[in-house]
Amino acid sequence: MNKVPCFGQPVDKFVATVSDEVYHSVHSASAIKSDKRRELLARDFPDPRRLREIAGQIKRHTLDSLDKYLPLAVASLERNGAKVHFAADGDEARRVIHQILQERGARKIVKSKSMVTEEIHLNDYLAERGIEAIETDLGEFIVQIDGDQPSHIVTPIVHKNRRQIAESFERHGLGAYNDDPETITRRARKFMRDKYLAADAGITGANFVVAETGRLVLVTNEGNSRFSLAAPRLHIALVGIEKIVPADRDLAVFLNLLVRSATGQQFTAYTEFITGPRADGQRSGPSETHVVFLDNGRSEILATEYRDILRCIRCGACLNICPVYRQASGHAYRSVYPGPIGAVLSPLLAGGDFARLADLPKACSVCGACGGDACPVCIPLSDLLLRLRDKAKREHASLSARGVPPMGGFAELAARPVLWRGALSAGRALNYFPLDLAPVPPLSRWTAARTLPEFRGGEFRRWWKKRHHE
Amino acid sequence: MSTQEAIFEKVKRALAMTRERTAYPVYDSADFVSKPHTTGGTVEEIFRKNFAAVKGVIVSDAEELRAVLAGHGVKKGCCDAALTVMLQGLGVEWETSFDRARLDEYDLGATIASGAIAETGSLILRDRATPDRLAALAPWVHVAVLRRADIVLTLPEALARLGDDPYTLFVTGPSKTADVEGILIEGVHGPGVQIAWLVD
Ligand code: SF4
Repeated sequence: MNKVPCFGQPVDKFVATVSDEVYHSVHSASAIKSDKRRELLARDFPDPRRLREIAGQIKRHTLDSLDKYLPLAVASLERNGAKVHFAADGDEARRVIHQILQERGARKIVKSKSMVTEEIHLNDYLAERGIEAIETDLGEFIVQIDGDQPSHIVTPIVHKNRRQIAESFERHGLGAYNDDPETITRRARKFMRDKYLAADAGITGANFVVAETGRLVLVTNEGNSRFSLAAPRLHIALVGIEKIVPADRDLAVFLNLLVRSATGQQFTAYTEFITGPRADGQRSGPSETHVVFLDNGRSEILATEYRDILRCIRCGACLNICPVYRQASGHAYRSVYPGPIGAVLSPLLAGGDFARLADLPKACSVCGACGGDACPVCIPLSDLLLRLRDKAKREHASLSARGVPPMGGFAELAARPVLWRGALSAGRALNYFPLDLAPVPPLSRWTAARTLPEFRGGEFRRWWKKRHHE
Repeated sequence: MSTQEAIFEKVKRALAMTRERTAYPVYDSADFVSKPHTTGGTVEEIFRKNFAAVKGVIVSDAEELRAVLAGHGVKKGCCDAALTVMLQGLGVEWETSFDRARLDEYDLGATIASGAIAETGSLILRDRATPDRLAALAPWVHVAVLRRADIVLTLPEALARLGDDPYTLFVTGPSKTADVEGILIEGVHGPGVQIAWLVD
């Protein structure tokens, strides 16, 4: 297993900065998870591909009729006694959540792992307002005490090893250095108990919301979500509007595929089905349930040719199988969602800020493994990536070429031997070369659809030099 | 216009141009049932096998349970009031209400399971049948008393019976994590030992 820098995008450049340790953890964890997913699906079902297609079709159906399912979900949730809120963007979601907390004097929060709360950077916002929000998932907790970012949507600390974790625990007063995974886990268990008991509210996401019954479905392994819904009196769930599925029966489809795809398990240890506040006679659990539906660009994506990306059930299988992700690891994607899903979703969610992340879709070798072999809802990921590359070119080519003659970056680089050689001596000239800026239309069209094989750098120049000196 | 109305409106507009909306697919839930996990015995036998595969422990009488509990050094427990008679003579000091101020004193929680799923080896706990969520969660050992007749074979069957309880949990083996270097550790926030006591 050696690092092989691929193409010329910032994600690929990031590869050079990835330490061998991180590279090896990410690479082997990804390979193991991909193998397990495949193995379990093949063991349990004669034709997994057909099941993935059905799942994709249910999701596509739901999105195509979201104008029916979203109001239906709201009606069902309200009938069950949950309070429903809507937020157009991250800013509104943060304000809505803060207001719910503030009105009830809630100052201490326990949080169960949720990508959508990461998307709106909820913790920082609450911290600035004097509200302590503790991540209770072990991985997310470590990310939090380190001031780090999750590098994977399912296994947030896949980039860390036990020594780093032990050091973080020591730094944060969770006991003297000890890198035994069991000791680390027990310490987290002990530490978290007081947090659960002291918490005024539990904040979660939801893996699915069933329109017909208004059921929120949460899957976890640690039991932290159940604890967050057992000790505090208030539950707030933040949910993207695309998380809806039509009926309870569809959960068999999605749970079977999600869990196998995410962790290579048959079923998660904790699968929770919540319709509202605790039952009469139940002594623990929330007396109030709030569901905040977040748009944050989703309704815009719904209107575009990228609608299919909203099918995503956040299993992480496309990350695990992606050769670029395996090299670069999650932080290379500079956004909350890494890997192929992130390369499509992040620039789209960025809205007006598209240009900032427009390079992400180019960090792809178009091998097609993500959508074709891995994705449990059959999202045509490479197809969407290619369309996004095209969009980037149409809308932002002018940005990349700003301040340079029409020939753009290509001319600049080609005309200046120092730059060219500098790029070569970096060892990966072509790999870093902005191929999309190549002035020859057939070439740029060709590179829009595929990337060049890895360039090994400098051969031609060496050959030429040698010839001239002979 | 409220945010909710505005979002409904945006969604409607986003879909207005969709010429053909994808239909809900016709499918058979049975296709999503794992054959290897639902064949080769009676429902109870299959449950036993799959429950053991997720590291659950099954006991069939008080004697067996007492031996298992002794092995885990269990002294103090919290149980449903309805179970007190049945749980006598196990060498456990029982309380029937869970005092959260003394959360760590309980070695064991005993509750009534509303059912189980043979296919996945899961126990089904419902809010209305469990007086305290914490009692089934905080102690290291959890014993669920499960009637044989309440075991269903497949996940789709269990989903069809979710009903209107506000909080249903399918718990499958001990609480676990693999966050540290992918190494499986059991008993993170919930029980490290999950026991089912099968009764008629
Ligand atoms: S795009 Fe597909 S494979 Fe990737 S996280 Fe989403 S559902 Fe999983």
